[in-house]
Amino acid sequence: MPAVSKGDGMRGLAVFISDIRNCKSKEAEIKRINKELANIRSKFKGDKALDGYSKKKYVCKLLFIFLLGHDIDFGHMEAVNLLSSNKYTEKQIGYLFISVLVNSNSELIRLINNAIKNDLSSRNPTFMCLALHCIANVGSREMAEAFASEIPRILVAGDTMDSVKQSAALCLLRLYKTSPDLVLMGEWTSRVVHLLNDQHMGVVTAAISLITCLSQKNPDEFKTCVSLAVSRLSRIVSSASTDLQDYTYYFVPAPWLSCKLLRLLQCYPPPEDGAVKGRLVECLETILNKAQEPPKSKKVQHSNAKNAILFEAISLIIHYDSEPNLLVRACNQLGQFLQHRETNLRYLALESMCTLASSEFSHEAVKTHIETVINALKTERDVSVRQRAADLLYAMCDRSNAKQIVAEMLSYLETADYSIREEMVLKVAILAEKYAVDYSWYVDTILNLIRIAGDYVSEEVWYRVIQIVINRDDVQGYAAKTVFEALQAPACHENMVKVGGYILGEFGNLIAGDPRSSPLVQFNLLHSKFHLCSVPTRALLLSAYIKFINLFPETKSTIQEVLRSDSQIRNSDVELQQRAVEYLKLSSIASTDVLATVLEEMPPFPERESSILAKLKKKKGPGAVSVSELEEGKREGGELNGGSDRGADTAAMAASNASTPSPQADLLGLRSTAPVGSAAPSAGSLLVDVFSEAGPATPSAAVNDDGFLSSAPPSEDPAPPLSEADELLNKFVCKNNGVLFENQLLQIGIKSEYRQNLGRMYLFYGNKTSVQFASFTTTVSCPGDLQSHILYMQEHFVEPLVEGGAQVQQVLNIECLTDFCDAPLLNIKFRYGGALQNLTLKLPVTINKFFQPTEMASHDFFQRWKQLSQPQQEAQKIFKANHSMDTEVLKAKLLGLGTALLDNVDPNPENYVCAGVIQTKNQQVGCLLRLEPNAQAQVLSHTHTHTHTHTHTNLYSCL
Amino acid sequence: MPLITSICAFPLTTHCMQFMLLFSRQGKLRLQKWYVPLSDKEKKKITRELVQTVLARKPKMCSFLEWRDLKIVYKRYASLYFCCAIEDQDNELITLEIIHRYVELLDKYFGSVCELDIIFNFEKAYFILDEFLLGGEAQETSKKNVLKAIEQADLLQEVRHITESAWSDSV
Repeated sequence: MPAVSKGDGMRGLAVFISDIRNCKSKEAEIKRINKELANIRSKFKGDKALDGYSKKKYVCKLLFIFLLGHDIDFGHMEAVNLLSSNKYTEKQIGYLFISVLVNSNSELIRLINNAIKNDLSSRNPTFMCLALHCIANVGSREMAEAFASEIPRILVAGDTMDSVKQSAALCLLRLYKTSPDLVLMGEWTSRVVHLLNDQHMGVVTAAISLITCLSQKNPDEFKTCVSLAVSRLSRIVSSASTDLQDYTYYFVPAPWLSCKLLRLLQCYPPPEDGAVKGRLVECLETILNKAQEPPKSKKVQHSNAKNAILFEAISLIIHYDSEPNLLVRACNQLGQFLQHRETNLRYLALESMCTLASSEFSHEAVKTHIETVINALKTERDVSVRQRAADLLYAMCDRSNAKQIVAEMLSYLETADYSIREEMVLKVAILAEKYAVDYSWYVDTILNLIRIAGDYVSEEVWYRVIQIVINRDDVQGYAAKTVFEALQAPACHENMVKVGGYILGEFGNLIAGDPRSSPLVQFNLLHSKFHLCSVPTRALLLSAYIKFINLFPETKSTIQEVLRSDSQIRNSDVELQQRAVEYLKLSSIASTDVLATVLEEMPPFPERESSILAKLKKKKGPGAVSVSELEEGKREGGELNGGSDRGADTAAMAASNASTPSPQADLLGLRSTAPVGSAAPSAGSLLVDVFSEAGPATPSAAVNDDGFLSSAPPSEDPAPPLSEADELLNKFVCKNNGVLFENQLLQIGIKSEYRQNLGRMYLFYGNKTSVQFASFTTTVSCPGDLQSHILYMQEHFVEPLVEGGAQVQQVLNIECLTDFCDAPLLNIKFRYGGALQNLTLKLPVTINKFFQPTEMASHDFFQRWKQLSQPQQEAQKIFKANHSMDTEVLKAKLLGLGTALLDNVDPNPENYVCAGVIQTKNQQVGCLLRLEPNAQAQVLSHTHTHTHTHTHTNLYSCL
Repeated sequence: MPLITSICAFPLTTHCMQFMLLFSRQGKLRLQKWYVPLSDKEKKKITRELVQTVLARKPKMCSFLEWRDLKIVYKRYASLYFCCAIEDQDNELITLEIIHRYVELLDKYFGSVCELDIIFNFEKAYFILDEFLLGGEAQETSKKNVLKAIEQADLLQEVRHITESAWSDSV
């Protein structure tokens, strides 16, 4: 037992701790603890009143036991008693116990709050600090309610001791973080900002954290802090290393405060005032200059503190992104660090350069370090540093160096750590796609990826290469040749077999002229891999085989024989067996023409965000991939997919998807959860007989594992939806912008845009009164099972305070997973003059928002119309027109619905004919619509591949 | 990972330290300070995972690592690891020096501090930390001022110590 150096040292506690340390086993420890617990319990329950010291000692023992990881279910009361002791140490232990063992027991909270209140008003600075520490440590809502109004007063009062001010500032910060609605700075704002000028450096250091947080939320109210921060920073930066006495840390003046000042400035754009800006630029230059000076100490603390400021300054320079000179200097400085002997500095330089790479001013400067970074990727001994190097290569990649970077990343992959392989694969795949000038390079790269790191190539990656090959005629022949060669390897990865099977099934004919890759050679090569593959791959291969029969009639008998073999036609796996049976039957009874139609080459895939990018983003967590990057990815994706003429393709695909029971349906869904062969059997054609066994496939419910969907119920029950909201909702069926709701207090406007199965909705909440709304919260929820149909993500939380006359904005991202019927609900709660307002509205998200118009000729239209005539695929309704029957109005509405209005299709010119495809994540649903108006009533008949009556409901209400 | 979701679901995006852990080379937790509200179960899970991750790292490796959505900054002093979790935008180097300053404070207070001092006087280690960092932010970075506050408290303690004898101390 060591000699206790300071204080009174509770000997009983020391003895107990020694005992615990001497325990030889876990069991012995538990035994000793139980004995102690029994002892303490009996003391607490005993008749004899315990003196303060004993109480303190036992409470401290309980705390020790808790910190060892055991549960403590008593002693709270005794700890609370200690709070009102007038002996400092007893009070202190009481507060420590409360801080560590926070208990939401309301009885106790009231007692604790009472004790805190007494200490806060005691005017004894040490007691006040203890109380403030406790509030800051617990930071519960109850405490915020009790003290949020009192603490700002303490903070700015002229007679408050410096140490108390420091605690008060950070205590308030903590309360603001838990309950921003309760901390109202209002009249105190300017006095709090002026704490930046306080003479006491400690006060400034504490206050600036509070000011930074408040500035982030209310930049306008706090913007005077910018000039104050700049002048404070300037004074520190230009001070000699000893000026600031104890606030100088290893010859660096006030490093913590400097970092916090630079951080505060990052809440604002560059200062507008020329003088202030000039002074700030001077500071930044000084900081950069100091980095070049010889160190004043060899201690690592000196260089760490100095460089902490430097990195924070660089962050500010990047944040401003407006001073090319500073950006390039920053880049050069980081370049020096790339070869520093300190691992920490190399790591940080790589990390910081990643952000510099995205600035137009410094992108080129960053690129000059490519060799060093590649070297780091190869030679760094710490995987986290190599990871940073890989990130930086990814960030600095552009058209000029893509080939080199991709080659280096590929060669690194061969030896890369398992922990980062998957991410590396995704990055290589994205870069290869983004910067592909010739697509043969792209195909080579992806096949190399599969060869080198096949296990880490996720579905998204190999789906993508297939999408791109299908969408680009110029690369198909090359792709077929390359996969054929790759499949020659005796042991090739299963992912290679998948890609190979798919591509040869589609484009094998392009290389069939060469006797070395004749149809039979191709087939035998594929089939030689068959038995080593998993069920999904085998299923894919079977589809490739039937495609072969269509492409190469000469392989028919060989393939039929394979399909007919017991191992296929009697396979224990139902999917494989079904495919074998169906394909065999199809190949024997269908005429060549039918076969050619059914097994036609896949139509191009619609433009969509690269699923790989989405995956990388998900993997790295939100914020890791910037929005601009995503957008760029989208654009590039668009290019790859070959332009914008998408409508007809999509419809064709929807049709082919509906009538071809091919495993390619997986690809459309781009989801591992999509059922194999999820296409529904279609009616009215030869195929029905063949495939009737399949039965109607139900679309699988989307698996929602992102955790974005809020399932937590709000604390106060949301109001039931307004009934008049339904009517409001109808207005939005055909339009995307407008006022959703309005009463005397509040106006809610909506702007929305939809693309494919994705939507973005901007909600504008306007406070129509002159009084502030407090505790303003909005919650979006999906009633019933809607959440398995729509995925939404709230991008921004609305601020809890909406000033009188002000408008706040919220962005909501929506994704349609499968078709749906109900609208999501928006619940809004706020306090207006003390009264809680609670209202719930339906959000105007209707299935037709995900319509894509489709143009088709009369012949096609009626052919499809006839095909989709099973009862569940068809709906018909006669109804009275609610509105005028003006042709132009009606036309506008039908267009607003999102479908294409087809002219010259219906023989009766009075009729309206529309076609469109509803885009959902899991599938695409073709819709055909015909409207036959007459003077008294309207008949609407309406057909599509799946039943959803709600579409009708929507349509009817719209008309 | 519901765990970190709960950290991220924090109403405001402010930067501060999320927690600080002190543990021994054997993986025994010596001090834990949480600056975000988490359940005991979550705290135990984080501690277990992090202790394992950090102990598995070799000497010479860099002091920072990405862990879930957070950045971990750690440094070993003799037999003890000091480990802080900060957010993405936070400054790693200054956090490293937060750790060092805390070690200096402990060292000055105990007089060449060792692990045993922290075990037997854990409450003091908490008090010193509270004077230095509050709510995850630096409150007072001057060594002198922090120690002055703690010593004043000890002074109050000693006055009491003289007036009341320690007769009840044997149990």
